[in-house]
Formats: sequence, structure tokens, C-alpha cells
Amino acid sequence: MARSAPPAEAAATTREQRPVDLRRRGIADRDGVLSWLLLTPAVVYILALVGVPFVLAVAFSFSDVTGGDPSFDWVGLRNFERVFADPIFWRSLRNTFLFTAVSMLFIVIFGKVLANILIADFRGRWIVRFCVLLPWTTPVALSTITWLWLLDSVFSPIDWVLRQVGLIQSNMFWLGQPNLAMISVIAVHVWRLVPLAAVIMMAGLLSIPKDVQEQAAVDGAGYWRRMFEVTIPLTAPVIAISALFGAIFTFTDMTVVYVLTRGGPTNETQVLASWAFFKGIEGSDVAQGAAIALFLFPLLLAAAIAILRAVRRMEVS
Amino acid sequence: MSTVEVRDLRKSFDGRVHAIDGVDLLTGEGEYLVLLGPSGCGKTTLLRTIAGLEQPTSGDVLIGGQIVTGLPPRARRIAMVFQSYALYPHKTVQANIVFPLRAEGVPPGEREEKARTAAEMLGIGHLLGRKPRQLSGGERQRVALARALVRDPTVFLLDEPLSNLDAKLRTSARDELKRFQQDIAATTIYVTHDQSEAMGLGDRIAVMSAGRVRQIGAPVEIYDDPADTFVATFIGSPPMNLVPHGEVLVGFRPEHLLPVENVSGERVTATLEVQRMEYLSGDRHVYGTVDLGDGPCRVIARLPATVETPIAVGERHDFAVPGARLRFFDAASGLRTEPVRLGA
Repeated sequence: MARSAPPAEAAATTREQRPVDLRRRGIADRDGVLSWLLLTPAVVYILALVGVPFVLAVAFSFSDVTGGDPSFDWVGLRNFERVFADPIFWRSLRNTFLFTAVSMLFIVIFGKVLANILIADFRGRWIVRFCVLLPWTTPVALSTITWLWLLDSVFSPIDWVLRQVGLIQSNMFWLGQPNLAMISVIAVHVWRLVPLAAVIMMAGLLSIPKDVQEQAAVDGAGYWRRMFEVTIPLTAPVIAISALFGAIFTFTDMTVVYVLTRGGPTNETQVLASWAFFKGIEGSDVAQGAAIALFLFPLLLAAAIAILRAVRRMEVS
Repeated sequence: MSTVEVRDLRKSFDGRVHAIDGVDLLTGEGEYLVLLGPSGCGKTTLLRTIAGLEQPTSGDVLIGGQIVTGLPPRARRIAMVFQSYALYPHKTVQANIVFPLRAEGVPPGEREEKARTAAEMLGIGHLLGRKPRQLSGGERQRVALARALVRDPTVFLLDEPLSNLDAKLRTSARDELKRFQQDIAATTIYVTHDQSEAMGLGDRIAVMSAGRVRQIGAPVEIYDDPADTFVATFIGSPPMNLVPHGEVLVGFRPEHLLPVENVSGERVTATLEVQRMEYLSGDRHVYGTVDLGDGPCRVIARLPATVETPIAVGERHDFAVPGARLRFFDAASGLRTEPVRLGA
């Protein structure tokens, strides 16, 4: 075969020879320095606002520090003994578990349902999305005060509606009756966290390949089979992670309890976080408050490790 | 086994983009029909509409003579293999294969049996306990085929099932796919943008462009007698040469443009000004220009290894095309037209 050699040299010689610029290596090019520079603020922040208070709390729990006498005297395990002897502590512990478990159950279920509504394509969906996200954007103190009025023993609009419909004869006293108070606290907390859960789960739902959903439809699976055999297993890691964060948040949260019931009536809605606050800050017994608050730590650590390991085992590629 | 028919099917997105713009199709019983076209020509949308994953804007889809247009995918008794294979990542191979059977309510014993038969047929019997991410591309494809097969579907729909395989595997998988279809003898609609797949697999090929079917016919018909200039230039590598001559375009395949001494009988000759040559798989591809009276036009000649005429870049050389190999297209519409007498 006759082929001619390519005349490529002409082009190369006309191009200008430019030397390598050795100085052009800024701080952004030096990964080692840059990584520390970017990490330092976060590390300082966590040490100052999480690390130091945590160490202080541990120290206080072994001392007799109070609001009136801040001098540090070592008392060993006396604070823990006193806490364990207190029936209100055990009631708070039981309430904390009840509050967290029931809230999370409803938050996951409603979050999943709302996430499905959020990704659905229908006319006027923007207004539904707006309404779904509204509770999350309202400051919690403000919205909880609104609930305080909604659940008022005399002026409750909920009671008024129920009375008009004829379901009740007299007012319910939502926050005054032990069981109703717990139900109210849980309901408000669920109302507050569901939007966040829905948005997280929506992200999980959107990450499922469309092909897989369509394949299931072609394979003859109806809505519920697709839901339970494809959608939920594929979003399980996301659901587990969001449930973990929700549970830890709920476990340590006292806002709703504090604003709605202050732990009442007679400590029926008291949770560990609110009890620690009442004892340690409002009651000035800092040492005992620290001991109660520390009791949460090993439980949460165990829960976090358990869920993270479970997620890792759910090998979804 | 049953036929698939599509009647005046149209599908537009947002009322403006016409993905399918009036398609009529009818497959034979057990036929292997290939939808071939460039990206965005509407072939995948057409397949998805037949599957029931998209609802047409107008027109009807018929399977086995019954209108299924409004029915959901699960009511159509079809099996589909997606380009990505869409295996359920959290299920084992076994669970993937029996999934359609469980959805149908087949009793456990029977579905295990069917799954094993399908897996053995495709040579993946030893992989039943694995998860999809532990499989190679070729194995995944077989799992997807097995899952499609267990349902005894009346119609198979395949959406570019070979495009995720490497070149070497693709050739053997193509061969297997053809034998597989012959064994099960179900009507198959196969979407691809790869013309060699289409030529190799299809009983008939429907060439699509811009939402329309340009031509439908056997591979040899599509190749030798293209209905318009789109089909002529889309099929064949290198594509058909089109040289303007008055009101028409004269078309001829590169392998029919040979040095004049290699063409006997009735022929049309032209002088080729050789500009470039490539040596590909034993053939010489000669790039140059010819002039049929309307100015110079770029053409390609493909010379098989048996043609040993010496040709050099920069030379002018007499080439010829057998008269029977010439095709004529209307220059304005691009459609096939009556032969025209060429001077010389």
C-alpha cells in the first residue's frame, strides 16, 4: 500500500516555546495545608461547644457543685445513687423511651407517606409541598406556643370542633390528664419532625433508579408489592439513618415538653432531658442535673453504633 | 405467542416535542423486529409505549389483536429487558428471577422449578445465590433475560441490551441472543442504535428518524434498496455515496465503486481524484472526489483485498459502478425516484 508520511513538523515549530511557571502554586494547590486550614474551625468549634461542656458535665456529676456553691468537691458516685433512688428519674426514663419510640414510629410512617406525596406529579403540588414544609420552617418555640393555645383547657379550638360535631360533651383537658398530655406531647413532636423526615426520605426515593421501578411494573408487581419489595428495601439505609438522627434528637430534646407541659401533670410527661434541666438549672443542683444528663450518653452511643452497623450490613449497591 | 401492532401512534412531551410522530407497525408471529435509529429518534419511547410505561398522546397499541393502550404494563403479558438490566440490587439472582412469578401468584414449588430451568438454559444455574453486584456485565444480562423468560411472555421487548457489554462480549452475546430468541420463538422487539446488531439480529428492521419510521424491511432490503437518503446514509459503514446530478442524487455503496478494470458489463464510469486512503480489516478505503457534471463531490470507495490495482494519493484514477447498483433519490425530498440515464 502506498501511504505518504504526515508532514507534522511544520506545525510544531511555529508554536511559541513557553517555559514552565514554577511560582504558580498557591495555597489552594497544597492539599496538606489546605485540609488543615479548612478543618481547624470545625475542630475548634466542636471542642469548645461539645468537648469542653461534656468534660465539665462528667466532672460535675462526681462533685457537689450547686448554683449557690460552685466550689468543686469530689463526692464519688453519690449523685448517681441519689438519682437512682428517685422515682421521678425512673418515670422520666420510661417516658423518654415511650416518647422516642412512639414519635419515631409515627415520624417514619408519616414521613414515608409525605415523601411519596412530595415526589408525585399532580396539579397544584407546589402548594402541597409548601404546606408540608411549613412546620419545619416555623420556629419551634412559636409553633409550640400555637399548640399550647390549640390544646388549651378552656379555649381549645380542637375541643370546640369536637363538641360541635358531637363527639365530646365537655372539654378534654389535653395537657391536664396524664395520658392525654403524653399523647399531645408526642403528637406535637411528630408534627414538628415529619417534614424533615419527609424531605430526607424524598431524597432517598429519588435516588432509586427509575429503571428498577419500571422493571417491577413490567414484571407484574402492583403498587403495594413495588412499595414493600422494591422501594422500601432500597431506601432502608436512608430511612435507618434518618430514624437514627430523629431518635437521638428526640431522646435529647425537651423543647416540646418544656413549653407544653413543663413535665406535668405531676411529672407524667417528664423526660430525662427536661428532668435534668429542672434539677440542674432551675433547681440549682448542677451536680445531680449533670448525673441525669450523662445517663443519656451511653444509651445514645449504643443506639448509634447499633444502627450504623445495621446500615453497613444492608449491602445495597 | 402473539403479534404487536401499533396504529398511528403519536407521543408528544409538553405538547411540543414529538417523540413519536405517527408510527404504524405490525410484527409477524414470533418475528424478531429491530427498531434502529440514531439517539433521540423515538425508538425507545416507542418501545416504552408498547410496554405501557408511557401513554401515547394518540393512536393505539395492540398485542395479540387486542387493544391494550390504556392497560398498565402488568396486564400486557410482556417481558422487558432494560439497557441497565434493572436487576433488583437487594435481591439474590434467584429472588430476581422468581419476582415476576411471585407477582403472578405462582405457587413456590413451581416457581423454583421454573427459575431453575430458566437459569440452566442461560448457563447461570451456579449463580442463583449471588447478589447482582457480584456479577459481571454478561452475567447480569443473562439474569435479566432469565427473569424475562420465566413468565412465558407473549412478547419480548429489549432496549439496547448489549450496549453495556464490552466489544468482545457483545459479539458472543449477540449470537446467544439470536439463538435464545429462536429457541423460545416469541415475538421480539429489539431497540438499538447499532446497525451491525440490527443487521445481524433482525428478521426485519424498522429504521426510525425524528419520530417516524423511514423504512421497514428485511436487512438486505434496507441495505440494498434504501427508501430515502436518510436510510441510505444511516445504514452501511462507510455510508452510501450520494452524488448530485441535476434533479436527482445518484447513490451507490462504497464497495460497488471499484477501479474501472474490475467492473464488467453495463457500468457508469467516473474519474476519482484520490485524496486519502485508509487500510481497514484488509479493505482499502479510498477517499476522493468525483464529478458527474454538477461539480466535485466527496465519495468513498471500499476496495476488497482481492482488488490489487495500485492506487496512490494525489492521483486521478478511473472508477466505475455497475449500472444495476445505482440508486436514485429526489434531490429535494430525499425519497427514492425513477432511474435517470447518466451520460458517459
